[in-house]
Amino acid sequence: MTLYDIIFYLFALITIGSAMLVVTTKNIVHAAFALLLTFFGVAGIYVLLAADFLAIVQIMVYVGGILVLIIFGVMLTNKITSVEIKTGTLNVLTASIVIGVFMGLVVSIMVWTGWYSMPAPIPATTAYGLGETLISDYALIFELLAMLLLIALVGAASIARREKESL
Amino acid sequence: MLMLTEFGKVFIFILLGAIFVTIAIIAAKLVSPNRPTHEKLLTYECGENPVGSPWVKFNIRFYVVALIFLIFDVEVVLLFPWALVYKGFGIFGFLTGIIFLVILGLGMAYEWRKGDLEWARPHPIPPELDKVLSKKE
Repeated sequence: MTLYDIIFYLFALITIGSAMLVVTTKNIVHAAFALLLTFFGVAGIYVLLAADFLAIVQIMVYVGGILVLIIFGVMLTNKITSVEIKTGTLNVLTASIVIGVFMGLVVSIMVWTGWYSMPAPIPATTAYGLGETLISDYALIFELLAMLLLIALVGAASIARREKESL
Repeated sequence: MLMLTEFGKVFIFILLGAIFVTIAIIAAKLVSPNRPTHEKLLTYECGENPVGSPWVKFNIRFYVVALIFLIFDVEVVLLFPWALVYKGFGIFGFLTGIIFLVILGLGMAYEWRKGDLEWARPHPIPPELDKVLSKKE
């Protein structure tokens, strides 16, 4: 077992452990905070797979952005309005059968497939190559992405805005 | 000697941080005396007795601001690879990023004009002397 393996299993443990906590905890705020650790662990695994740009996206967008929205969503609704957010356990038998079958399928595919591992050299960093293609070959796509973000920005704000501000 | 990548340094930093916090918390548990009373266990609210539930409904505007933040977060993620390499492409590479920024700047201007970035301000009605006097009569 190399150091690489040890770090991988550490991040896998963080990810799976906190994901279990998200599912099992009764307190929805604790679940939101455990989700932070899950996202973080996934980012660590991305780094180990030499996908550094993806890891940065994971940290910035998921840990920094999506989670803030989730926590705001919880804080704005839970225990304040009459909406009850249920965090219980339902249909244990059915769920365990379905998940057991699915997991058996995945594991059997994993074991019996003759995996072909390509001896490609791992690039030192992916962000530079991505930047170069974004500027040269995909410059138009880059600007279209800006348009897409603009549409999302205007749309999100006009939906979330209160219709008439009662002053 | 082990080869360290830049991410390896970050990992060591995270590891040291986690160990430091863990040791500090455990040491504080071991050393500090523990004599809880009802007063000590109360939620601290500026020295006053706490009133009401901590779950207060806060302004919905926080959510709008968080949504806007998310969009600009994605923008920064996309600008990051551009910022790494644009110097090698001369004026063209620079303009690509500037056009990107200007398009999103339009969105920013829209939010500003529509007042999404304005905080809801209180509009107190100052009492007028005539009305106060006429009420008293």
